[in-house]
Amino acid sequence: MNEHVVLRVVTKALIPFILLFGLYVQTHGDYGPGGGFQAGVIFASAFILYGLIFGIGATRRVFPSRLLLLLAALGLLMFAGVGVAALVMGGNYLEYAVFAEDSVFGNHIGIWLVELGVGLTVSSVMVTIFITFAGFGSVSGDTR
Amino acid sequence: MEILGHYNYWVAIALMMLGLYLVIARGNLIKKLVGLNIFQTAVFLLYITVSKVAGGTAAILKEGYTLYSNPLPSVLILTAIVVAVSTTAVALAIIVRIKHAYGTIEDDDIMARDGDP
Amino acid sequence: MIFVVPDVLLLALLLATAFAIARLGNLVAVVMLLGLYSLLMALVWVVLDAVDVAFTEAAVGAGITTILMLSAVALTGAEEKPRRRRRLSWVSLAIVLATGAALVYATAEMPHLGDPEAPVHRHVAPRYISESPRETGIPNLVTSVLASYRGYDTLGEVAVIFTAGIAVLVLLGRGFRRREDEE
Repeated sequence: MNEHVVLRVVTKALIPFILLFGLYVQTHGDYGPGGGFQAGVIFASAFILYGLIFGIGATRRVFPSRLLLLLAALGLLMFAGVGVAALVMGGNYLEYAVFAEDSVFGNHIGIWLVELGVGLTVSSVMVTIFITFAGFGSVSGDTR
Repeated sequence: MEILGHYNYWVAIALMMLGLYLVIARGNLIKKLVGLNIFQTAVFLLYITVSKVAGGTAAILKEGYTLYSNPLPSVLILTAIVVAVSTTAVALAIIVRIKHAYGTIEDDDIMARDGDP
Repeated sequence: MIFVVPDVLLLALLLATAFAIARLGNLVAVVMLLGLYSLLMALVWVVLDAVDVAFTEAAVGAGITTILMLSAVALTGAEEKPRRRRRLSWVSLAIVLATGAALVYATAEMPHLGDPEAPVHRHVAPRYISESPRETGIPNLVTSVLASYRGYDTLGEVAVIFTAGIAVLVLLGRGFRRREDEE
């Protein structure tokens, strides 16, 4: 992609805004449309755009696959862990009301943590799937 | 809105049947997967149509609005969309492996290759 | 009127796009049209007041599915075999028409679009709408139902997407390629 100067410059200018928009959707899911899933997908699309323009090798350097798998597992663990924490603090599984004296504030904490876990897992899994598909043809050599 | 009546349901059923036709009548595996995607999205349309309330607004609470559309089908369909994309990703991976092993993704060619001893 | 015209137009466009997808043989064009279909569906859902779902479908359907399908088509070949494509399969058409007729007969009893007296608005939904500000304090009803009232389903959904990532890694990832290089 060395000759596509316009694409490279525009991508480098756009990616920070895409990441910022993903962060906005993640944190404002309580007040408008949005939440964990949409934000995870938008985050992933920024890295997929980077991979399309600059190649899979560069994306792997930015985001190694071990880190991706760790983040995906961490997101799911965070979700289940919030439920277990509610059990430990005396309520039912995933009963957010026991996290604080004011049950509404406890709900806010629980929902924020849960949406963060969802966003982490969704974005990591989408980038992982894309990198796996894109790296399949070139690395396997000419076994076809 | 009464003049629309059941128009949404008929369009959703027509789209579902188009997707079903693609799944059962086309030989190319990727075309079958595209038909499955069309089918899934048409089912979601059927659910979301049921949730609309005439004169209501989107399901985000705000002062001055008292009538809201039903949020419950939205929640179910959100889960269903994510499950649909997961199954599409795994199906595409299987199709790439089939191409790698058989050299083709047309189902009658694959059956012919399998039938040979 | 402000609701009827976009609804009718967008649904007609959806039917046209789906019909074009069925007729085309070049798979790259089919994948592009599938992305367009997802975007049109997201617009229909905005008209029907389901904004969270429309957001997700636009991001996931028109974004992620299109790029994954393009990667797969690049790995497997971009043309459908023409012999099967041109011929209309009468048996499949008969099955599809019979199923469609049965479904239309089944939906004849369903409530009209926008009916506020429909059964789906009677049981649990009014409770969520009225109690959610007092119990969760979050204006977005879909997020409060998804994350708090129906949290189990969301946990299962995150597990499903995690499993899909693992499955794709097992099928196409390093382990498979390393075994191929050793053979």
